[in-house]
Amino acid sequence: MTLMENQSATIPAPREITTKPRVSDQIFRAVVTVGGMSSLIILGLIALFLSLKGINVLRIEQLSFITESKWEVLQDAEGKIAESTFGLAAMLIGTFLAALIAVIVGVPIAVLSALYLTFYARGSAKKLLVSLIDLMAAFPSLLFGFWGFIVLMGSAEYWAKLLNKYLGFIPLFDVPAPIFERSPFIAGLVLAIMIIPIVTAISREIFDQTPLDRIQAAYALGASKLSMIRAVVIPYGRGGVVGGAMLGLGRAMGETVAVYTVLNVVYQINWQILFGAGGNVASLILLKFGEAGPQEVDALMAAGLVLFLLTLIVNAISDILINRFGRRGR
Amino acid sequence: MSSTENSNNENNMEKKMQTTTPSSLASVANNREQRVPGTNLLGTGLETRGVHAWFGKKHVLSDVSLDFAAGTVTALIGPSGCGKSTYLRTLNRMHEFIPTAALAGEVLLDGQDIYAPGTDVTKIRLRVGMVFQKPNPFPSMTIGENVLSGLKLAQLKKSNTDELLESCLVRAGLWSEVKDRLGEHGGALSGGQQQRLCIARSLAVEPQVLLMDEPCSALDPGSTFRIEETISELAKSMTIVIVTHNMQQAARVSDYTAFFLSDGGPGVMVETAPTSKIFSSPTDKRTEDYVTGRFG
Repeated sequence: MTLMENQSATIPAPREITTKPRVSDQIFRAVVTVGGMSSLIILGLIALFLSLKGINVLRIEQLSFITESKWEVLQDAEGKIAESTFGLAAMLIGTFLAALIAVIVGVPIAVLSALYLTFYARGSAKKLLVSLIDLMAAFPSLLFGFWGFIVLMGSAEYWAKLLNKYLGFIPLFDVPAPIFERSPFIAGLVLAIMIIPIVTAISREIFDQTPLDRIQAAYALGASKLSMIRAVVIPYGRGGVVGGAMLGLGRAMGETVAVYTVLNVVYQINWQILFGAGGNVASLILLKFGEAGPQEVDALMAAGLVLFLLTLIVNAISDILINRFGRRGR
Repeated sequence: MSSTENSNNENNMEKKMQTTTPSSLASVANNREQRVPGTNLLGTGLETRGVHAWFGKKHVLSDVSLDFAAGTVTALIGPSGCGKSTYLRTLNRMHEFIPTAALAGEVLLDGQDIYAPGTDVTKIRLRVGMVFQKPNPFPSMTIGENVLSGLKLAQLKKSNTDELLESCLVRAGLWSEVKDRLGEHGGALSGGQQQRLCIARSLAVEPQVLLMDEPCSALDPGSTFRIEETISELAKSMTIVIVTHNMQQAARVSDYTAFFLSDGGPGVMVETAPTSKIFSSPTDKRTEDYVTGRFG
């Protein structure tokens, strides 16, 4: 005889379990919900605005808006618009290239400084460095642009020449003419410096949370600091670092003024990162906005929409990557 | 494991676990197979001389001198906050991880002071392994990788790792349960299995001393029993120092017991003696009060 048979024959249906929240709880819930939703609503409204403004241009240009590289507005004798072509391909590729350079250069530096700050820096040196890096994050991007233009450019040009001399056989490092100023490479370097603070801050946060018992377990097995970091901290923090890097990538793609100051914007697809001709969607918008007629403004809004979507895609990919790489170390 | 084996284990366990009165603790200690220190040539072992410990300005441990003869199991008992875990952590220099930690006195391993200037601390920790209170396998590694992780961490070269892997898991009493799933992640095991995995991991670097900081306090009675079996098995080939809150456990597994106590000031080692003596006729009144359950 089983236990069930011992009991009475009828099994009741499960009850519905409810609670009546207090008024204070309900009010707080409403406040928090409004706060939480507002950013979503604002973002949605911006996307809607960009779509409404850009839809006409997108309808005319269709796919060639992102596959063609011509950006022209021709006026007739009376100053009316006779013909216009808008294509973003060169700008998109330029944006992507500069952001990629920024991530490749910036993320390793950021991860190393995060490791230094978490596991090596002590006392007041640590405090000073952390606040300096936070200050770097709040620094106006225009100043990074100026610094890149005035100070960095000279040195970066020299590095670019070296790269071109010794690695020029790789198409990426080849140049059609010896013009090394204002190249995507230099823009990428400026962006790298700009994303270091955010990537450092995120990596440091995640390294700091490495469970102490695992760190101790590694040390108790005779690990040196380096092997402990490799076996415990990096697997644990990998997901967070990837997330930070993607956030940096997003920031680098959207950055406007600093790139505008450094980069020579040319409406031609250029994969040669050392050559002084590049593109950038955000810089294009800044460059053209001041003197654009109504139709061109619409085209620029459409460009903004494309950039917006691109950033969304990057963030979505970063989410996927974090989920993929992040779980195992936990 | 077959079900009969399982129930046998449980019966044994119940027998052992039901002993609660102090006099029966002494009989548990007496009935256990006695190990004679120094019989299995394992070096002179570990000793401490006048060890004091501080955290910042707080003096937490005062003047502890103890000998751990090679091939014996020593239990450190005492109420919470008496400094026994702190003392244990001075034995393999894990003490210095707490930023404000300080220490005086000497810890001698085969006659050499492990705090001597110029000592490579990683080499000390290879010789004096440690198992922690909470099982802490590396979750990013498989079961097999966990066992051998010490080799990688300490950059040791071993030719026959498969053999080593098996022998460590056998000695930790885990081999039969995991031999077909060495590629799975350590987190998939039960708490008791994880703790035995951690023991296997610390064995892979072949330490001569194993420190255990309340290794069973997070485990159920069945797993505790398995770990205690493992400890008895390991004691044949190494020196073991175990911190425990469980006096029955001390009686079951240890040859010697040291009783620690703090009266609000720094912890001191009140008394050390063969385990059966501590539980039958302790010299110090405070030890007697503690082992008979009058406080703590």
